[in-house]
Amino acid sequence: MQLIETTEQKQKQKTKPNLKGLLTTATCALLGTQAHAEVNTSDDKWRFDTAIMHYNEADRVTATEAIIAANKTYGNDEVLSLKLTIDALTGASANGAVAQPDAQTFTRPSGNGQYIVEGGETPLDNTFKDTRVQLTGQWTQPLSDVFTISAGGNFSKEYDYMSISGNTNLTRDFNQKNTTLSAGIAYAYDVIEPEGGIPKPFAEMVIAGFGSDEFDQAFADSRLTGDDSKATVDLLVGLTQVINRNMIVQMNYSYSSVRGYLTDPFKVLSVVDVNGYAQSYLHESRPDTRSKHAFYAQSKYHFGHSMLDTSYRYMTDDWEIDSHTFDVRYRVLFASGHYLEPHLRFYSQSAAEFYQPFLQQDDVLPMYASADYRIGELDTYTLGLQYGMPMDSGNSLSMRLEYYHQAPKSDGSASFGVLNDVELYEELDALIAQVTYSF
Amino acid sequence: MIKLFEHTKQVLVVTLVLITSLLSGCSSLGVEPWERDVLAKKEMALPTSAVDAALDDHIYFSKEASSGGRSFGGGGCGCN
Repeated sequence: MQLIETTEQKQKQKTKPNLKGLLTTATCALLGTQAHAEVNTSDDKWRFDTAIMHYNEADRVTATEAIIAANKTYGNDEVLSLKLTIDALTGASANGAVAQPDAQTFTRPSGNGQYIVEGGETPLDNTFKDTRVQLTGQWTQPLSDVFTISAGGNFSKEYDYMSISGNTNLTRDFNQKNTTLSAGIAYAYDVIEPEGGIPKPFAEMVIAGFGSDEFDQAFADSRLTGDDSKATVDLLVGLTQVINRNMIVQMNYSYSSVRGYLTDPFKVLSVVDVNGYAQSYLHESRPDTRSKHAFYAQSKYHFGHSMLDTSYRYMTDDWEIDSHTFDVRYRVLFASGHYLEPHLRFYSQSAAEFYQPFLQQDDVLPMYASADYRIGELDTYTLGLQYGMPMDSGNSLSMRLEYYHQAPKSDGSASFGVLNDVELYEELDALIAQVTYSF
Repeated sequence: MIKLFEHTKQVLVVTLVLITSLLSGCSSLGVEPWERDVLAKKEMALPTSAVDAALDDHIYFSKEASSGGRSFGGGGCGCN
């Protein structure tokens, strides 16, 4: 009987497409190594995490993101991690202008078209479409019984954006590996090359005479260059501490300094008259440096049949944005190996000092201004549920569904005239669905 | 860049002082090597799932003004 079962299983395995084998071959081909028999040995083999996530905002952005992460532990505890991410984004994004009682006409950032936004509607540019490919690699290896070093790189490319980065991290274990200190540094270089070029700070959006030579000339005059870049340095120090048999905590401090083009070339501000009517739209302008400090703490407690994971992050920067992020996950573990994990996240940020929802015609132009609600006062929350189950031969499958809500707040600017009749701080709802398979 | 390093120096000094005091406090905490059964469980890993964490970081990086903290700050996209 046993023999028959084994033969049947073998036949079943033969007929099943060997996805892991294929991925292993592909990964090895990329690395220029040979697959050998590594696939079939219990130790020293590749582990894969694959996920597909769909993000959908009501009436705005839709994004689909797929990840294949491969992980291999070698004989001396060296770990190689490789990750391929592909995402596709389509839909509409707020352009920064305020809603008006009447329809408004805008020129697309490329200068190749125009769009009309109906009265009472928050202006959205509906031509966002991008596909991004990202490759990440990380090598981690012990240097001694207590020291471990890790180094990695990342390359990401989309139609109008490129990012390349490198990082290194050193950890030191103390107290029978109950305490781990880590310190790391990362450097990133990003280039943005928007279709239509980089707009001059506070240049007026060219609208009249679309299609004429005068329009083309005025549009070209509103542009500075074809591309621009920024460089980011990140420093991170962390402490991980085992408290007891059931509890572990982590505390991090990170510092991030970014220099270069930090303005969003697709965002504008409405210039309104005393009655709140938009007279023109100016391209936004942000400072060319930003320094952020973040403090992060996480704890995990295992109750035997459940696990509580809580974290908090405080971030403060020199744009005067302060933020608080609370995250709680409670995993209920069933005897069968299945689990259910409710998730709650709260986020609250204050506005950047140069954020303003609109500019007034008679006011002196400030040095910097942006009406991007994402750097305004903002509260968000996420409600989610994840369900996971073990599969054959140590594989696992999980699904999660999350609801994300954004509530932008007034920065205290008094609205007047027709601005009182329109929604300046429109709320946003999004659904996130994800399936993960690990094998 | 010079400004960055001046600042970094102050931060490093404060961090070193904190680390020294934390390490002396931490030495009384922890478990013996044979008591790591629960900590070795998959759900006790930091983070639980690197793939979930990467997807979350990407969403919140593009929709909010904060990033990083848990690991190096997100980025690598001109997300809108």
